[in-house]
Amino acid sequence: MSVMSRISGTYRPAVLAMILVLCLGGVSLARDVITSGPGSQEPAATQADTGDTAWVLISAALVMLMTPGLAFFYGGLVRRKNMLSVLMQCFMILCLISLQWVLCGYSLAFGPDVGGRGIIGGLDWLGLRGVGAQPNATYAGTVPHSAFMVFQMMFAVITPALIIGAFAERMRFSAFCVFSLLWATLVYDPLAHWVWGQGGFMGLLGGWGALDFAGGTVVHINAGASALAAALVLRKRQGYPNMISPPHNLPLAVLGAAMLWFGWFGFNAGSALGASGLASGAFVATHIAGATAGLVWAAMDWFFHKRPTTLGVITGAVAGLVAVTPAAGFVTPIGAVLIGIGAAAFPWLAVTFLKPRMGYDDSLDAFGVHGIGGIWGAIATGLFACASVNPAVNRNGLFYGPDGAAQLLTQLKAVGISAAFSFVACLILLKVVDAVIGLRVSEHEERVGLDLTQHKEVAYTIID
Amino acid sequence: MKYIIAIIQPDRLGDVLEELQKREIHLVTVSNVMGRGRQKGIAEVYRSHTEAGSLLRKVKLEIAVNAEFVQPTVEAITSRARTGRIGDGKIFVLDLDRCIRIRTGEEGNDAIG
Repeated sequence: MSVMSRISGTYRPAVLAMILVLCLGGVSLARDVITSGPGSQEPAATQADTGDTAWVLISAALVMLMTPGLAFFYGGLVRRKNMLSVLMQCFMILCLISLQWVLCGYSLAFGPDVGGRGIIGGLDWLGLRGVGAQPNATYAGTVPHSAFMVFQMMFAVITPALIIGAFAERMRFSAFCVFSLLWATLVYDPLAHWVWGQGGFMGLLGGWGALDFAGGTVVHINAGASALAAALVLRKRQGYPNMISPPHNLPLAVLGAAMLWFGWFGFNAGSALGASGLASGAFVATHIAGATAGLVWAAMDWFFHKRPTTLGVITGAVAGLVAVTPAAGFVTPIGAVLIGIGAAAFPWLAVTFLKPRMGYDDSLDAFGVHGIGGIWGAIATGLFACASVNPAVNRNGLFYGPDGAAQLLTQLKAVGISAAFSFVACLILLKVVDAVIGLRVSEHEERVGLDLTQHKEVAYTIID
Repeated sequence: MKYIIAIIQPDRLGDVLEELQKREIHLVTVSNVMGRGRQKGIAEVYRSHTEAGSLLRKVKLEIAVNAEFVQPTVEAITSRARTGRIGDGKIFVLDLDRCIRIRTGEEGNDAIG
């Protein structure tokens, strides 16, 4: 009789996950001890700039706030019996993926390339070995390497949290924890390496030159395509679509959307990795696209459904922020307005027509908003990118020529490969977790609600 | 005229409403209530402290019906709210003296439907 079989079934996945994390920690620690001491092999890079460092650290804090913001955005949209489960999933991801990032995630995503093909980072920075106050010239020459690392950590945290929108109200918490940890390691980290890592095969650092300023492919297309896979694998909620109650607390959803918008300034303007004109331009573009898309979504609701809705305006704003993410540092303010218009139009169509027609139950429209919005944003970057905004643009977008078609093609390739990889990898992961642990709660648990059955708590009392 | 009060498990509400609809009993008032029966229920845990949970969440349905609808209503509720476990709830059938529709001033059997 093995040790595992003596642990009761309920706790087995949690114990497995813990063992995995501890093993990774042990390996990191061992390497730390073996190679510690002065004279680390890191090149004596440039000096950290105080202003840049301050901005990147504050941006990291802003992006951190987006995950609780997302929790309230999603939480307000579910039924009252599932409120805590969504808050809990977001908060647990914040804890879990932060640890994963320190132990192995950062090294896999941003560590020196293994094998020279730009597929995955090596294990050199396991346990953040050598990632300290000294700047890393490749990624951000004017801020401490640890500041860049912690800024990126917040991205790694919020991306799997976005997928929650697709499987909300029906996933077992244990399966969710194991899935999130595996997804971060096997889907997010490689894709981040492809696009942003040194030598990654798609990005600006030795790849095709696909433009992704702050995470259109890595964050939004990645989470969106995985969300679609999750909605398909977990199937519909009981009673979908006719017997599902409307959002239980829209004011909280509005608060969450506002926190997301606020945090997005760190997400996009922070991705300039310095307190610079570029950061300022990205800040402006971010705000304009969010505002435009919120306005356009409300107008479309007004025109097609007779009334402008609160849920519509906040969904539109988030879709606009999603779409401008890859473009923020490459486009003019007018470019941002045009991106905002498309960011409302395409996700609106996806949510209104595509979802009902296809019949999948993407509970909170993670695919509709982040997937479709992200794809539009990445393509729009190929339309509106402009070297006069950012000298890092090698080839202007289609509307600014002369090599526009080539850049657009590169963007399309990056979109296709990220979406396909993310969808297929997530599908396989979910099937594996389903076979080992089981993804869905029982029918009875789903009726009672995840708060009481998964966490033995309720969000709201009735008396007192 | 009878006044039917049913206390049921919250997670059975959707099913019961569906069944009532099927039997053409459309008028119903629903409220969230707390109550106590013989059931122990699912206790809540806050920071490792288990709440005793002396009151449990239930849903209360109130339905006013004419005599011929009493049995269909009771059947609709029992058929869909019964799980066989303690805590399924109770149905009370009361006599109803008067019923007045506010809009028209109609009284009695006409006012119920």
